[in-house]
Amino acid sequence: MKRKDFIQLSAMGLGALVLPNFSAFGKSVDPSQFLNDGIDVKLKKQLADVALNAARGKGATYADVRIGRYLNQFVVTREAKVQNIANAESFGVGIRVIANGCWGFAATNVVTKEAIAKAAERAVAVAKANSRVNADPVRLAPQKGYGEVAWKTPIQQNAFTVPVKDKVDLLLGVNNIAMKGGASFVNSAILAINEQKFFASTDGSYIDQDIHRLFPTFTVTKIDRASGKFETRKSLSSPVGMGYEYLTPTADNKVGGVVTRYKDRYDMLEDVKNATADVDQKLKAKSVEPGKYDLVLDPSHLWLTIHESVAHPTELDRVLGYEANYAGTSFLTLDKWKSRNFQFGSKLVNVVADKLQPGSLGAVGYDDEGVKCGQWDLIKDGVLVNYQAIRDQAHIIGLDHSQGCCYAQSWSDVQFQRMPNVSLQPGKEKLSVNDMIKNVEKGIYIIGDGSFSIDQQRYNFQFGGQTFYEIKNGQIVGMLKDVAYQANTQEFWNSCTAIADKSDYRLGGAFNDGKGQPGQSNAVSHGSSTTRFNGVNVINTARKI
Amino acid sequence: MAILKKEEAKALLQKVLAYSKADECEVALRGEEGGNIRYARNAVSTAGDIDNVTLSVTSSFGKRSGTATINEFDDAALERVVKRAEELARLAPENPEYMPLRGPADFKDAKTYVETTAAMTPDTRAEAVAQSIQVAKEASLEAAGFIENTTSFSAIMNSKGLFAYDRDTNVVFTITTRNNAGTGSGFAARGYNDISKLDTLAATKIAAAKASKSAGARAIEPGKYTVILEPVAATYMLENMFRGLDARNADEGRSFMSKPGGGNRIGEQLMDEKVTLYSDPFHPDLPANTWSRDGFPLEKTTWVDKGVVKNLTYSQYWAKNKGVQPVPQPSNIIMEGGTASLEDLIKSTEKGILISRLWYIRLVDAQTLLLTGLTRDGTFYIENGEIKYPVKNFRFNESPVIMLNNVEALGKTERSISIESYRSYLIPPMKIRDFTFTSLSDAI
Repeated sequence: MKRKDFIQLSAMGLGALVLPNFSAFGKSVDPSQFLNDGIDVKLKKQLADVALNAARGKGATYADVRIGRYLNQFVVTREAKVQNIANAESFGVGIRVIANGCWGFAATNVVTKEAIAKAAERAVAVAKANSRVNADPVRLAPQKGYGEVAWKTPIQQNAFTVPVKDKVDLLLGVNNIAMKGGASFVNSAILAINEQKFFASTDGSYIDQDIHRLFPTFTVTKIDRASGKFETRKSLSSPVGMGYEYLTPTADNKVGGVVTRYKDRYDMLEDVKNATADVDQKLKAKSVEPGKYDLVLDPSHLWLTIHESVAHPTELDRVLGYEANYAGTSFLTLDKWKSRNFQFGSKLVNVVADKLQPGSLGAVGYDDEGVKCGQWDLIKDGVLVNYQAIRDQAHIIGLDHSQGCCYAQSWSDVQFQRMPNVSLQPGKEKLSVNDMIKNVEKGIYIIGDGSFSIDQQRYNFQFGGQTFYEIKNGQIVGMLKDVAYQANTQEFWNSCTAIADKSDYRLGGAFNDGKGQPGQSNAVSHGSSTTRFNGVNVINTARKI
Repeated sequence: MAILKKEEAKALLQKVLAYSKADECEVALRGEEGGNIRYARNAVSTAGDIDNVTLSVTSSFGKRSGTATINEFDDAALERVVKRAEELARLAPENPEYMPLRGPADFKDAKTYVETTAAMTPDTRAEAVAQSIQVAKEASLEAAGFIENTTSFSAIMNSKGLFAYDRDTNVVFTITTRNNAGTGSGFAARGYNDISKLDTLAATKIAAAKASKSAGARAIEPGKYTVILEPVAATYMLENMFRGLDARNADEGRSFMSKPGGGNRIGEQLMDEKVTLYSDPFHPDLPANTWSRDGFPLEKTTWVDKGVVKNLTYSQYWAKNKGVQPVPQPSNIIMEGGTASLEDLIKSTEKGILISRLWYIRLVDAQTLLLTGLTRDGTFYIENGEIKYPVKNFRFNESPVIMLNNVEALGKTERSISIESYRSYLIPPMKIRDFTFTSLSDAI
C-alpha cells in the first residue's frame, strides 16, 4: 500500500480529508510534544558534521544535510461533529551530495550518528551509480558559507500553543452558523504547520529555521431537495505564513463590497455567515450565457491564475525541460527572455518574485540549499525579464548566484527548484474596485478560487471561481452560476486594462503547489489588487446526466 | 528494520498491545524502503534512496479516541506510546460516529510482493534509465523520465484479536520524449509489482515513435468528436469517477451518484451496457491488498454491471445508519473490455481523434462530475480507419459518466497507471462518441 493511497481528497474538498493513524504527513503525537524544542542546535550541528564528513570521506565534492522536524496539526469537523484531530510529527535527515559530478540523495528517519553516516554513504553510492549515465557534471553557483545563523517566521501567537479545544470550539461555532443559516452541510478545518529545519553544507553554513503556517477553511453546501441541485461556497480565507493571530481580525482587515473579503487577518465567523447567504443565492442564480466578457477578478480569485499562468511558466527548470515528464515545459523559452522584448502582458503588468514578504507562505530566511532569500522582477512593464533559478541552473541564465528558491517538502525528499511568492504589483494610479466596475459594460466580477486547469506549456487555461456577479453598464445586477473562463496566457495578460491601487492589495495562496517526481508540495502566496481583463471567453459548465 | 516479515510484525504488535489499559486499542505498523531516479535532457537530474518505519497506537475509552506514534522500538518507548495514546483519548471529545473495533477475520495473503523488485538497487535503476536514454539519443530525441521502486509493509492488530498484514512491491516508470525543435512529444507509462515485467527500452521506443509522429500538428476546430482513448488516457479520466463511489456522499445529495429527489443510484442504469467495473485483489494481472484500513477482508466486488450501479462503498458508520452491510474501500479497480486491439478500434473509425494521454484533469462540477483537462503527447486525426496526421492539443470539458454513456466500443483490457496518482488499474482502450472539446491549446 503506497503512502499516497491513504489520502484522498474527494470533490467535497477538505471536509473529506481523511487522516489515518499513519499518514503521509508523519507520525501522530501528543500535541504537548509540539511545544518541545526538539533536539538542541549544538547536537544538530554535530549530526550534520557526521553527514558532511561521511559524504566527503566517500568521495563527495559537495554535500548538504537537512535535519528536519515537521509538525502538522489538523482539526477537521463537519456540522456538529469533530471528524478528526491529527497531530503529526515527522523527524529525519536528508543528505544530498555531488559525487563524480552527479547528484545523489538518501534519507533516513533514524537520527543517530551511525544511521546518518550510512545514509551519507548511500547518497554517494546513488550519485556514483548515476554518474555512468551523465555526460555533463553538475555546475553549482558559488555560495559563501554563512556560519551559524537562524531565522524564524515573525509570528505573534504560535498556533500549536492554542489548545485543541479552542480550535474545535471555533470550528463548531462556524458550522453552527452555517446550519442555522440553512446550509445542508458544512465542513471546516484548521491546519497548522511548523517546519523546524536545520541545514548544513560543505560550504560552511549551519542554518537553523523555524517556519510557521496556518490555514483555516470551510465549505458550505446547500441542496435544493426539489431539484436535487446543490451548490457550495468555500471560505475566502488564505493559507498564510503566520501564527494564530491570523484569526484575530479588526475592522481594518475587512474589505467591503458585494461580500466582505479579508486582508492580513480573517474573520471566520463572519465569512461563514456570508457564505451561507451566497450559497443560497447561487442556487437561484442565472446560468451564464457563454460569450466574451470583461472580467473583474478579485485577489481571492486572481492568485490562482497568477500561480498557474505566471509563476509556473517562469520556473527555469520547466523552461529547460526538467519537468517535461510530469507537469511539462514552458512557453516562456530562453529566446523570449533573451530578446528582452517579449510582451508577456500589457504595460500595466509587473510581476515580482519574492521570498521575504511578511505573512506569505513562501517567506523564509534561507532556501533549502543554503542561499539567503530575496526578491526580483519576473515581468517588468509587461516584458519577460527573468526566471526562477537555483544553484545548479544559475549559470544557464548568466547569473553568478542562485535566486534562493530551492525547497523540499520534507527531510525525506530531495530539494529542487520551487516557486517563490509570485505577485502582480498593484496599479500605480489611484483606482478603486468600484471605479473599475463603473467602466465595464458587459462583464463578470469573480470572487474566490474554484476549478483550475492549464496545459503542459502554460498556454491554454480554464478557471472557475466561488461567486460570480454579472456587470451590466457599470452596475452589478445579480449573481451568475456555471461560469468558467478559458484563455491563452499571453493573450489574457495582454488584455489586462486596469489594476486597482495598493490599498486593495491582498495575498492568496496554497499549501499544496504540486511538482516533481516523486511529487512534492510547496506552500506559496500570490498577491494582487483587483484586476480587469477585457474580452475573455466565458463558457457555461452546466450539464445533465 | 524498514521491512518486517509477518511474524516479526505480529510479535511486535502483540508486545505493544500488552501495555494497553484502554477499552479498545488498535496498533498499526508501516515500513517503506525504496529509491528513484528522475532524468531529463538525457541525463539524471535527481535520485535518491529512502527508508522509514512508523508505529501508531489508537486507544479508545467509550467514544473518545487518541492516537500517538513513535519510531523507536525499545520496551520503554512502546509502553510510553501506549500511555500517551490513552492520555490523549481521555482528553478527546466524544465522536458520535465512533464504531467499535472489529474482531478477528480471515485475511488471505496478497500476491503483491515480488522478491526481485525488492532487491532493486541504485545500479538496477541506473541501468534501466541508461537503456531508456540510449533509445532517445539514437532517435535524436530528448528523454525525461522517472523510475521509482518501493517495498512496503503494513500491519494492524487490535484488542479484539484482529491481525492483518500485507507486504508489497511496486515499480513505476514514466517516460516523455521530445524532439529537439520542441514540435513533437510522446509518452509512455508502466507500473508493476514485478520488475521483470518492466521493459524501459520498449516503453521508450513507444514514446519515441509518438514524439516523431506528432511533429507538425495541424489545428482543427474544437467541438464534439468520436475519440479513441488509449488506456493511460482513459485511466486518468476514470480515476476521478472511481473516487466518487461513496454511498454517504450520494445519500447526502452531493455526488454524481445522488438520485434526484433523494437516495443514491444503486440499481440504476447509469452507463452504457458495455461498462462493467469491479475490484478483485486476487486478479493475477492486478494483485492488490487483501484488507481495508478499517479491518475488512477485501473480496471481489462489482461496482457497475453492464451499466447498472451495483455497489457503493459504505463506511461502518454509514452502513449502520442505513441498515446495510459495510462495503469497504477497494484496493484496485478493473474495467472489463472487449477483444479488439487499439489498432482494431482505429480501423473501425470513420472520423475521430486518437488520444494518447490526458493532462491536468480537474473537477468543474461535482453534480455532474464534469471534468476539464487537455490532450497531450500524441493526438492524431483518424479518417477511414487510418491515422492521417497529428493534430494540435485540445481542452475538453466532459463528464466520465456522460462519456461512459457514449461508448462505441471497448478494446482489450490492459494494465495501466494513472499519470497523477501512479496507481495501477486494468482499463481497456475505448472508443467514445461525442466527446466535447471546447478549445485549442498550442502546447506541445
